[in-house]
Amino acid sequence: MLQVRNATMRFGGLVAVNNASLDVKEGSITGLIGPNGAGKTTLFAVIAGFLKPTEGAISLYGKDITAEQPHKRAVSGIARTFQIVQPFAGLNVHENITVGAYLRHARPSDAVEKAREVAHQVGLEKDLEKSAASLTVAGRKRLELARALATEPKILLLDEVLAGLNPSEIRDIIPVIRSIRDSGVTILMIEHVMQAVMNLCEHVYVLAQGKMIAEGTPAAVCNDPAVIEAYLGKGSAERIARQSAENTGGPNA
Amino acid sequence: MIGRGYLPIILVTLVIALTPLVISSNSFFNFTVLVLIIALAAQGWNLLGGIGGQTSFGHAMFFGIGAYTASILQTHLGVNAWISLVAAIAAGALAGLIVGFLSFRAGLRGSYFALVTLAFAELLRVLANASELTGGAAGLLLKLDPGFANMQFSSRPTFMLLALAFVFVSLVITQKIVNSRFGAHLVAVRENEDAAKALGVDVLTVKLKAISLSGAMTAAAGVLYVQYFLYIDSGIAFGIWISIEALLAPMIGGRGMVLGPLIGAFTLHGLGEVTKSFAGRVPGIDLMVFAVVLIVVIAFASSGILGLIRKLADRFSSKGGA
Amino acid sequence: MFSPTIIIEAMINGLLTGAIYALVALGLTLVYGVLHIINFAHGATLAAAMFAVWGLNAAFGIDPYWAILIVTPVFFVLGYGVQRFVIGPAAHGDDGNILLITLGLSILIENALLAGFGSDTRSIPSDFSFSVVEAGPFLLSSARLVGAAGSLIVAVLFWLLMSRTDTGKAIRAVAREKLGANLVGINVGHIYAITFGLGCAALAVAASLLMPTFYVNPRIGGAFVNIAFTVVVLGGMGSIPGAMAGGLIIGMVESLSGLLLGESLGQIGIFIIFILVLLLRPTGLFGAKA
Ligand SMILES: Nc1ncnc2c1ncn2[C@@H]1O[C@H](COP(=O)(O)OP(=O)(O)O)[C@@H](O)[C@H]1O
Ligand SMILES: [Mg+2]
Repeated sequence: MLQVRNATMRFGGLVAVNNASLDVKEGSITGLIGPNGAGKTTLFAVIAGFLKPTEGAISLYGKDITAEQPHKRAVSGIARTFQIVQPFAGLNVHENITVGAYLRHARPSDAVEKAREVAHQVGLEKDLEKSAASLTVAGRKRLELARALATEPKILLLDEVLAGLNPSEIRDIIPVIRSIRDSGVTILMIEHVMQAVMNLCEHVYVLAQGKMIAEGTPAAVCNDPAVIEAYLGKGSAERIARQSAENTGGPNA
Repeated sequence: MIGRGYLPIILVTLVIALTPLVISSNSFFNFTVLVLIIALAAQGWNLLGGIGGQTSFGHAMFFGIGAYTASILQTHLGVNAWISLVAAIAAGALAGLIVGFLSFRAGLRGSYFALVTLAFAELLRVLANASELTGGAAGLLLKLDPGFANMQFSSRPTFMLLALAFVFVSLVITQKIVNSRFGAHLVAVRENEDAAKALGVDVLTVKLKAISLSGAMTAAAGVLYVQYFLYIDSGIAFGIWISIEALLAPMIGGRGMVLGPLIGAFTLHGLGEVTKSFAGRVPGIDLMVFAVVLIVVIAFASSGILGLIRKLADRFSSKGGA
Repeated sequence: MFSPTIIIEAMINGLLTGAIYALVALGLTLVYGVLHIINFAHGATLAAAMFAVWGLNAAFGIDPYWAILIVTPVFFVLGYGVQRFVIGPAAHGDDGNILLITLGLSILIENALLAGFGSDTRSIPSDFSFSVVEAGPFLLSSARLVGAAGSLIVAVLFWLLMSRTDTGKAIRAVAREKLGANLVGINVGHIYAITFGLGCAALAVAASLLMPTFYVNPRIGGAFVNIAFTVVVLGGMGSIPGAMAGGLIIGMVESLSGLLLGESLGQIGIFIIFILVLLLRPTGLFGAKA
């Protein structure tokens, strides 16, 4: 449903995204992984319309949306969360989510009700009256998720919603993400927590230094030498292969 | 059933409306009329600056455009006062749209936006001071001719009620906005533009709507001013004094809150009168007090008097509950 | 039409006035560059400094140029204190608040001057105010020449301070990256206050250089603050060389548009430049593109 074709994003001399393409299937949870500074967040910004790509095209359901403003893309069904959370700090949780709900509900009472529903869905129902600024890190991540979800998107872009959470908080939120997909929302997620990627994603893209270097199932991608090198440095894939060969007695045993 | 937020508006309006029954001093009505005119101008500021977070240092431009449009139409073209009022409000909205389009599209925010609004107001002041149309430095006099048709009233309480009616309408409009989707969008833009965009808010359109409504309200205040004083010149119309009054009242009363400008205007000018009665005829003493109050409010109670009251009420009720 | 001599003379006078404008704008742009705030009280502070210079002359007969030695340190200390103990703590780190606080300070200072000195216009009459230097076909005011030279000297001193001293290095570090500066042990609050103090000190020098040819009243700050903002915006907010160039340009524009459009419309050129630069190129002529 979502296609990125040969997107390139330059900041002056720096090429943050370099001729990257991806394809998200409707109803899937697709992962986007890669080392820090690979250009993942930049690619999200390009998809959501916050940055105009230097080259390349974005299309949703086959329709080219490269020239659309961010708010128009939200109307078309793209919602994003921010890696660095961006709450409306002066508002409470309920008001924060209601802003999102207003996208499809013009009547205040409907929007307020929709926001309450979404808060339930992500487990924020007890914090509705709390100020957004007073939430914990985990709470803020849930709020990012809830606000985006309240726009009733077709595709949800999640930028490291698990970063900064402890293992038990991660365990709590994984089923929430899966239930969102089961309710019919396609998900594209940037994630560093490999356990979550393995657990949730059907298909994974790997971005390194702006280039898309691999794609496939999580298991396949994790064993891809190019991916291991991207994360751990040149020559590491070979070293790891050699080590594991020695540990298991080696291929020539 | 009265919708959310309207009860305090009705109560406050009633209290002011009933004052002629117990007070008959002309100086009181002079005071109240001026405060109401400022409250109306300030409500315009509050829509854009308080609710929408776009701080303007140049709301005099709308006040002056309203005042001059009404005066010029009446004196030069003999247009009826009420029709002039409508034209003046439309001119204020249009001016807002133009200034908003130029500056918001250029991406001006924060201090830059404040400075550019100030520059527009000053530019208009210099032009009005030099132009034939506006009577140049001598200003424009409206012909004294009391009567409803001319929107002139020789009885001060009557004019006060007229000003109060304007303020009441501005309060109701503001409350309606606050309760609406547009209001939520405006607040979202104030709090975080990127997040608002991501949630489908058309930031530019929201700001443009806000600044034209804001310009219209403040222009109406300018019309009231000339209808009351029957005189306008470039310093009154486009001078920095009214830009500051329009900003101070909501800041002190509670920025972004519907009753903030009205409460702030009364508090400030009440305080000003008290100071003057103590300090005598020291020039500028009331403005010094205003300035100190502004700094103290920012330092210790950034949501103004209403914010303070709300905080105290919360503390009280949570203690009562515990 | 005007003869070339008159036009060239107007341009030279504009440049001389522009040098003082540059000095007035120097403090504003320095404060913006480091603290990233617009000091709205800049004009009112200049008015206060001009009254101080006038007062020293009226009370003790101190020559305005000698007054530099007194008002400059005093205004440095005042500026330091105001930033350290009023603006900093009251703003809670919010830029919008800072703008409003400096607006409050400006109202406060202006009306305190009004209460203290009344609304009369004052000047320091002396023979020197009217003495002129003949340069070819042009007659140039000696006091303005001294003013322009003084501005250049102050600009050079600022440049040396910023590039050669440890304080200057610390200021530049804070301007670039305040968190990082904090981490390497620079007291950011102190540096902010020093910067603010330097801005006020520059104003004190400007006031001393202005008083021999200019007059002062409590509202004079408003006129200068408009000009100073325009200079700063034109030169690029935060850029010291930009402020120097901007000051000279604005001085010339003002002088020429005053000559061509007359006294009352002369200011229009400045406002139009100001608005156009903000709308079309908010980073200024010399600032980097955002
Ligand atoms: N607005 C910007 N201007 C300049 N450089 C940027 C900007 N945004 C990101 N970058 C640079 O682009 C690169 C990719 O960043 P990012 O997309 O945040 O990576 P990731 O999310 O994969 O960690 C980094 O080198 C970053 O510094
Ligand atoms: Mg990232």
